[in-house]
Amino acid sequence: MDMLGRRAPPSAQHLLGTDQLGRDMLSRLIYGARFSLTVGLLAPAIAIVIGGGLGMLAGYFRGRFETLVVGGVDVLLAFPPLVLALAVTAYLGQSITNLTLVLGVLGIPAFTRVARAVTLSLTEREFVVAARALGATHTRILLRELLPNVLLPLMAFFLLGVAVTIVVESALSFLGLGVPPPAPSWGSMIGEGRESLDLAPWLAFLPALVMFATVLAFNVVGDTLRALTDPRPGAL
Amino acid sequence: MSAPLLSVEGVSVTLPTPRGDLRAVDGVDLKVEAGRTLGIVGESGCGKTMLSRAILQLLPKRARLEGRVMLDGRDLASLPRAALRKLRGPELAVVFQDPMTSLNPVLTIGTQIVETLQVHLGMAAAAATKRAAELLAEVGIPAPGQRLRQYPHQLSGGMRQRVAIAIALSCEPRLLIADEPTTALDVTVQAQILDLLAREQQRRHMAMILITHDLGVVAGRTDEVAVMYAGRIVERAPTRQLFARMRMPYTEALLAAIPKLDSAPHTPLPAIGGRPPDPTRPLAGCSFAPRCRYADDRCREAKPPLADAERAGTLYACWHPL
Repeated sequence: MDMLGRRAPPSAQHLLGTDQLGRDMLSRLIYGARFSLTVGLLAPAIAIVIGGGLGMLAGYFRGRFETLVVGGVDVLLAFPPLVLALAVTAYLGQSITNLTLVLGVLGIPAFTRVARAVTLSLTEREFVVAARALGATHTRILLRELLPNVLLPLMAFFLLGVAVTIVVESALSFLGLGVPPPAPSWGSMIGEGRESLDLAPWLAFLPALVMFATVLAFNVVGDTLRALTDPRPGAL
Repeated sequence: MSAPLLSVEGVSVTLPTPRGDLRAVDGVDLKVEAGRTLGIVGESGCGKTMLSRAILQLLPKRARLEGRVMLDGRDLASLPRAALRKLRGPELAVVFQDPMTSLNPVLTIGTQIVETLQVHLGMAAAAATKRAAELLAEVGIPAPGQRLRQYPHQLSGGMRQRVAIAIALSCEPRLLIADEPTTALDVTVQAQILDLLAREQQRRHMAMILITHDLGVVAGRTDEVAVMYAGRIVERAPTRQLFARMRMPYTEALLAAIPKLDSAPHTPLPAIGGRPPDPTRPLAGCSFAPRCRYADDRCREAKPPLADAERAGTLYACWHPL
């Protein structure tokens, strides 16, 4: 912290300069990664487990359970996501846990739909009937035959989810409803930097740049991982 | 004669559709003894596959099954699910039509065979892997140890069908149902696969049901043939006898529709005119009557029963046998 050197440009002392309160930008960016990445990874993790599970069960067992799941997911999907996030953080208070939960729940419908669609088409395939003809139980078919197949598109979607969540978290923090200050997150840093765009544009641009690089990195890593691990020809 | 291993008694399968109930299989009786091969022949949609699913108890959820499927004296339809699961694999196994979809695309060949052995025969991982390689060698796959680590898409269609057969044979089933095992393969591979099935059937003294739409396939490789039309068996006879003298006009028409190598070029291929009857609107008389050139009023009014009218070993359902 350097109260005298506020909004200082990059120098040997502060490699990326200081913000409007004289805090070192580099330190804040690194520290902010903790919040942005925690939320960015945990929320889609919640969504992939619950959404993927529900979707597979719905696609495999069909019937009334499927109707219920699809209906529930549609209701959740119809709800404006930002409004829900605003309402929850406003009522339950601002905390990392709440934020993660809200973003996780908001991610469920997408994963449910992907998992259900993939499961539906896979269940028609003969290897599922073949597994049953060899005496496999429902649990076994779901875990051993279907899950490895469903997981590939879900993982691809998961990495996309990470990118989207980081951006949404930033948007919420930008609105002042994300990670509570003074803890830095990239979104809130952009929000604070906006006030001095004309005097010190790097305050808003640096966190934006870091965010961009992170999201890009997730996508590249995701694509490469998929190309390396997908045993099927032509992939998805 | 020994007691049949499989006996299908009066089996009917009804599927509810928006246009009314569809009777896919209509009162079928069959018997297969251990070590024998039964061929079931019929055109697409005649109920062959539904009949095999009924025997395997793998019908779609909404389908209704009537009649009994007895395997070695046990009624499969009334068995509890857990008991049925134990039968599948060691007693009953199946090879499907399309080896592209009957193997799980994201698991290696090895995993798929090894798991089957572990679950059903309780083998340890190392022993199961060794056995899996032996099985692949038995179905004629070269370099089996290396193939075990490959994924289905790395194999050709014929290879995949060999793998599917190896999986079906892994638990030494007493009855193997091959549901159009060669339809998705090209002709040279077809013969190899059929020979493989026949060889393994002999060696293991299994009973086998070979389902196909090709009379040529059943001709050399079955002991008995049942011809299906519109959900019913319309003719059933020992293979040799059937080809020596077929009694049902449908069987005759089916045989006539096979191109012959010795006929002159540009000989028109006789086809069976018309289409099979709508299975949701059962006919009063013989279901083949609308397409049969011998049909008369009696055929259109009364359904002929499947019977051995001349006590010669051929069962047929026709008022005007050939």
